[in-house]
Amino acid sequence: MATETLTSTEYIRHHLQNLTFGQHHDGSWGLAHDAAEAADMGFWSINVDSMAMTLGLGTLLMWFFYRVAKKVEAGVPTGAQNFAEMVIDFINDSVRGSFTGRNPLVAPLAFTIFLWVFLMNLMDLLPIDLVPEIAKFIGANVFGMDPHAVFFKVVPSTDPNITFGMAFGVFAIAMYYTIKVKGVGGFVGELTLQPFESKNLGLKILFIPINFVLEFVSLIAKPISLSLRLFGNMYAGEMIFILIAIMFSAGTVMASLGGVLQVGWAIFHILIITLQAFIFMTLTIVYLDMAHQEH
Amino acid sequence: MNLNATIIGQMIAFAVFVAFCMKFVWPPIMAALEERTKKIADGLAAAERGRHEQELAEKRATQVIHEAKEQANEIISQAQRRGNEIVDESKDNARVEGDRILTSAKAEIEQETNRAKDELRLQVGSVAIAGAAKIISREIDDKAHTDLLEELVSQI
Repeated sequence: MATETLTSTEYIRHHLQNLTFGQHHDGSWGLAHDAAEAADMGFWSINVDSMAMTLGLGTLLMWFFYRVAKKVEAGVPTGAQNFAEMVIDFINDSVRGSFTGRNPLVAPLAFTIFLWVFLMNLMDLLPIDLVPEIAKFIGANVFGMDPHAVFFKVVPSTDPNITFGMAFGVFAIAMYYTIKVKGVGGFVGELTLQPFESKNLGLKILFIPINFVLEFVSLIAKPISLSLRLFGNMYAGEMIFILIAIMFSAGTVMASLGGVLQVGWAIFHILIITLQAFIFMTLTIVYLDMAHQEH
Repeated sequence: MNLNATIIGQMIAFAVFVAFCMKFVWPPIMAALEERTKKIADGLAAAERGRHEQELAEKRATQVIHEAKEQANEIISQAQRRGNEIVDESKDNARVEGDRILTSAKAEIEQETNRAKDELRLQVGSVAIAGAAKIISREIDDKAHTDLLEELVSQI
């Protein structure tokens, strides 16, 4: 809910600002106090809130499944193992459905992506002010910060850095396997010798630049679309939650209407967060499958 | 919402988590799942085999029962036949024995009869002789009969 001292615009801005750590204009290192300062820090700064949330969620995820994996048994599964097996079975089926090659990396990769992205997206369903208010309280009381300068974006997948980071990771793996399976020549050939092909050498050479432009764009489009799709969906969803939250401070009627909207959007959002995680995973599998396929 | 080094941080975290998952999470759980799949498949195969064996055993059991029934029937019929034979045999034996007893009795009776006849003949002879002697002793006259007696003696 918007604090009395904040206008709606400030409230929205506050919610869309990451807690950034970097080098200030005067050369000292520290947290940015506002958006302009954060922007000023350039590339060599880090979004503390996003990193904390992704690392926390990733650690939680791995800890849970590691605990299951340590005492997993082939007999009758119980409790957490049931759940873990259900998830793993589902992911394994997806991988087998889309990935035709043999690579022990793909399934764990898909598993990590699906569950990690799902958990990141799931943060969207937390009450929108809960974690930021806690962060504000801790920031103000433990670290003695200005409460208005404690930004906290709870949903890491609304931070393009996070989605780009993952998409580039996937892209790097896909490139590695492309070159490993097809060789540098094969990779270059894939970039330049199709889709327009010709037996005539002159025509072939003529086609190379055209092919390269087409193929290079489609190559680069893969990680960009992968990350921007997730980012866009989650950012838009988060935005709507913020807008609904503003209604809570606009009188009883608007607040109750906001409550209804909040519930409706949250229910709808359950679908979106799962779907986005699933799409990210499936596309990763597909890209890796393409990397393994020889023409 | 600026692009910054968070990308690099996220890439590193991503790589670490994927590597961790690939090493410590995925293989043991997949191994367990595969082992269970194998176990279930084995179990199903064993069940199928058991069912097959049971079918065979049932077939064998009915066969054995059938054979046993046949044997029993055979034994019973043999026993009946044997019993009849024994009855017949003993009937024959009895008949033969009876005949034998009858003939021996007949022979004995004849013997006795003959003996009695002989005895009777002897007695009759003696009685006749005695009678004759009595008659003779009264009627004999030494003088009249001396020559007859002498003739008799001479003839003997």
